Amino acid sequence: MSREQRAPVLRTRALVKRYGGVTAVDGVDLDVREGDRYGFLGPNGSGKTTTVRMVLGLVLPTSGEVELLGERRVSRVLPQVGALVEGPAAYGHLSGRANLTLSDAAGRGGARRTRTARVREVLEQVGLDGVDDRPVRAYSLGMRQRLGLAAALLQKPRLLVLDEPTNGLDPQGIREIRDLLLALNGQGTTVFLSSHLLAEIEALCTRVGVLDRGRLVAQDELSALKAPTGRMQVQTPDVAAAGRLLGTRLEVVEADTLLVRCADPAALNAELVGAGLRVRGLQPERRTLEDAVLEMTSDSSDRHSSDRPSGDRPSGDRHGSDRHGRRPA
Amino acid sequence: MIAVELRKLLGRPRTWVMVALLCLLPTIVAVFLKTSGVAPRPGTGPAFLSAVLQNGALFPAAALAIVLPLFLPVAVSLIAGDAIAGEAAAGTLRYLLVRPVGRTRLLAAKLVSVVAFCVLAVAAVSGSAYVVGTQLFGATAVASVSGPDLSTSQATLRTVLAVLYVGWCMFGVAAVALFLSTCTDSPLAASLGAIALLVTSGVLVGLDSAGVVQPYLPTRYWLAFIDLFREPVAYRDLVRGTALQAVYLAVFLGGAWANFATKDVTS
Repeated sequence: MSREQRAPVLRTRALVKRYGGVTAVDGVDLDVREGDRYGFLGPNGSGKTTTVRMVLGLVLPTSGEVELLGERRVSRVLPQVGALVEGPAAYGHLSGRANLTLSDAAGRGGARRTRTARVREVLEQVGLDGVDDRPVRAYSLGMRQRLGLAAALLQKPRLLVLDEPTNGLDPQGIREIRDLLLALNGQGTTVFLSSHLLAEIEALCTRVGVLDRGRLVAQDELSALKAPTGRMQVQTPDVAAAGRLLGTRLEVVEADTLLVRCADPAALNAELVGAGLRVRGLQPERRTLEDAVLEMTSDSSDRHSSDRPSGDRPSGDRHGSDRHGRRPA
Repeated sequence: MIAVELRKLLGRPRTWVMVALLCLLPTIVAVFLKTSGVAPRPGTGPAFLSAVLQNGALFPAAALAIVLPLFLPVAVSLIAGDAIAGEAAAGTLRYLLVRPVGRTRLLAAKLVSVVAFCVLAVAAVSGSAYVVGTQLFGATAVASVSGPDLSTSQATLRTVLAVLYVGWCMFGVAAVALFLSTCTDSPLAASLGAIALLVTSGVLVGLDSAGVVQPYLPTRYWLAFIDLFREPVAYRDLVRGTALQAVYLAVFLGGAWANFATKDVTS
């Protein structure tokens, strides 16, 4: 089934939030379909959390609308949504189990009959089943994160909205949570993951939305964002000879790796080998997600220096002409 | 949701520490009265204390008069100020709201739990005071403040009415603190704001030149419960006090609801 045929799970239309004169979110149109693993990327302060809060009904939009699981009145479908917003939170004087029980009892859709069993099940899922009755106050950051995730899973949600879910976890923990999310997604749960960690999104998501200064600057399949750049990466020890042969088609030389503008790898290989050059490796160059995102977004908003940043970031017009990460030879 | 809030209130050690401290102060006073045998001269010191040495059954009313000026409203302000702002500060407010718990429902549940605390606190103070009073001073026929004796059943009824009246006054305090609690993410600010209002009111009640505003001050009629122990009962201030608290309750609860229902939760 193609993506367009799947039911929309989360949609926003021209979503705007202004705080006084500051526009935090500026006309965002999200489109998340059933079964997606959607990565919501953006630098700190780009409006990710405000958008997530509007989606969940915590912050009221200045204008625009939110449609969650096909419903405009968000509170009606929130029982089918599990959320982790800006870090976990729990009552410090209670145990993790007691916190989950209270949370389940607080709202609709948590049958008392199945409560104990469901609490046990989610604690198992997030790897906290061996935890004793110590209060949450004594938990490590990673344990709190797992508990927050457990609370989000308690009502077997159709949609998971997660803001930085692996914050504070060690590498094994990150892998565990990623596997858990993949497994849940395999069973049909839609996952909406908001993060500024590119690697996180790249490892988990199939679709990506990029937010920059409150605007959605890209929303596409991950594979499309990481599209080939139209150049080949060639590894050869005969750098000088290759330079003479290729002329202006050779754009960048980095040690024994050449970047050659060329559409057909087979033809390029034949040409190089025909000229007697030794080719160690040849593959199409792909942009990394990092390249793609850095091109589309502006400076980190928590940077407040007076001079413009230099460094190796693409300079000049970041939104216009230079969208393919070309660097001069 | 109401059951959940009550469970949170009663499951929290803090609640019981506060109730215990509230009961402790009148007990300390009683012990001193008993060991020294010296009562304040009639008309001085906290209400009823001069009569307590003769009659322990009056001690619940005396105990209420002891904790009413400061301790009781402070305890109620702390609990009510913590209601919403405490959840916001802990970060649990956003999880309650996306659970989802309706905002009006959450506020109502918080109100019920705060009211439950007021009732619990007042009942605990008067209950413990009754035990302490009758044990230390014995119970005989109760003399009313204005002279004629009251029968035991009359005295009990009036004590119950006094407990209800003081509880009602505390609801007014709770409403103010709950309103402030929806305005800030700091429980301390909400509690202190409510206490500041009460201190201001207390100062103005004692200031003759502020006579114009005195009938509208929240603490103005608090001690009117003493009138219940007159013979015949002087109802004028009691009725005014009850009505005034009702106005405070309505205005501040309305404000709390209007504010919270439309608030951006960014904590």
